[in-house]
Amino acid sequence: MALIEIKQISKWYGSFQVLTNCSTNIEVGEVVIVCGPSGSGKSTLIKTINGLEAFQSGEIRIDGVSVGDPQTNLPQLRAQVGMVFQNFELFPHLSVTENLTIAQIKVLGKSQSDATALGMKYLERVGLINQKDKFPGQLSGGQQQRVAIARALSMNPKVMLFDEPTSALDPEMVGEVLDVMVQLAHDGMTMICVTHEMGFAKKVGHRVIFMDQGKIVEDCSKDEFFLHPEKRAPRAQEFLAKIITQ
Amino acid sequence: MSLDLSFYSWELIQNFLIKGLLFSVQLTIVATLGGIAFGTVLALMRLSNKPWLTIPASCYVNVMRSIPLVMVILWFFLLIPTLIGRPIGADLSAYITFIAFEAAFFCEIVRAGIGSIPKGQAAAGQALGMSYAQNMRLIVLPQAFRNMIPIFMTQIIILFQDTSLVYAIGAYDLLKGFEIAGKNYGRPIESYLLAAVVYFLICFSLSRAVKTLQKKVAIIR
Repeated sequence: MALIEIKQISKWYGSFQVLTNCSTNIEVGEVVIVCGPSGSGKSTLIKTINGLEAFQSGEIRIDGVSVGDPQTNLPQLRAQVGMVFQNFELFPHLSVTENLTIAQIKVLGKSQSDATALGMKYLERVGLINQKDKFPGQLSGGQQQRVAIARALSMNPKVMLFDEPTSALDPEMVGEVLDVMVQLAHDGMTMICVTHEMGFAKKVGHRVIFMDQGKIVEDCSKDEFFLHPEKRAPRAQEFLAKIITQ
Repeated sequence: MSLDLSFYSWELIQNFLIKGLLFSVQLTIVATLGGIAFGTVLALMRLSNKPWLTIPASCYVNVMRSIPLVMVILWFFLLIPTLIGRPIGADLSAYITFIAFEAAFFCEIVRAGIGSIPKGQAAAGQALGMSYAQNMRLIVLPQAFRNMIPIFMTQIIILFQDTSLVYAIGAYDLLKGFEIAGKNYGRPIESYLLAAVVYFLICFSLSRAVKTLQKKVAIIR
């Protein structure tokens, strides 16, 4: 059984359909890149996985638990799914340490000392242990995003969702965040990344999902996607051509 | 006409004003704390997506905001005893009325405050597995309240001035103290003049304090 099963997901905003019959499976340890032009539904799709966006038809299962089922304890399910946002979304009224520990304590019921120990372990891993007492507003964008990654990891998630994690960063800070993500991929974390960073995709991605107008147009191995663009759908070829000429 | 200020003395303060000032301050504090608590509940009701919560809350807020406070004070004073079958006294009646009335105003402030917090903050809390209540209590409201402190303070200053309206039900507040003192010394004009000065000093220094506070509480983003 796949870790995440997405079956025939459709979503509408009023009469406008944002997702149309999206289906895919994600296995443990897989790094899946989701790309496509803006407005293609990538972010919406990734947010349906942890129920931040509702969907009207279809089914998503994480480790067998249905996300759309009203009986499901959604907070409990979300606690097992790490998410990194485009705009970091660190809590500005809490210190870095508190950002890393608050959900461990309040959601997972850990003790302050256990939570801090694990939080510091991940903060060390993203190279920011010396910033533990600062507030988010005192950090650069790249540092904030690394703390946000550490915060998500502190929950010991089964999978990490990245929603355009480098899009809001100044170019010189993109590298430090991608380095952390590369390391994470090498450690075997299951990752779903909405990103335009094709260098990153080529380096660590196992599979590429290409979306356009709310549909999954391509879902193939990284090598298939990048090495044989001629076999891809016209819309994907166009997208690839633009990316490569950049 | 000449002003005779000779009765301005420690005795005046001690005998007439302290009691009134204490009540006015107490009423302001109770109405603020109670009003913010009840107002926050109303705000959360108004922000929910369930009509059985939003409709009663909106009705309550709109009614309270559309009628004069002095009328609410009189109504509660006359109404509550009829409802519970025994008189409750001017002080208690004033506390209940002010909490109920101020809640409507604090509700709108809290609602705007919550609205000022980026949606992504709530999403981040949710993504970490927080329940709605945890998300509100730990993430959204602490930030919203910090943003709201200046408006809260402004509202509290208005509230302090409005406490003088309890004269309608005969409660002994600061203004009442001046009124009685004026009658007692046979100098109502001088007494009300001093009242104006005292209210001015209290409210003006509070609003200066708001300005200082405003700079201190801003969250760095």
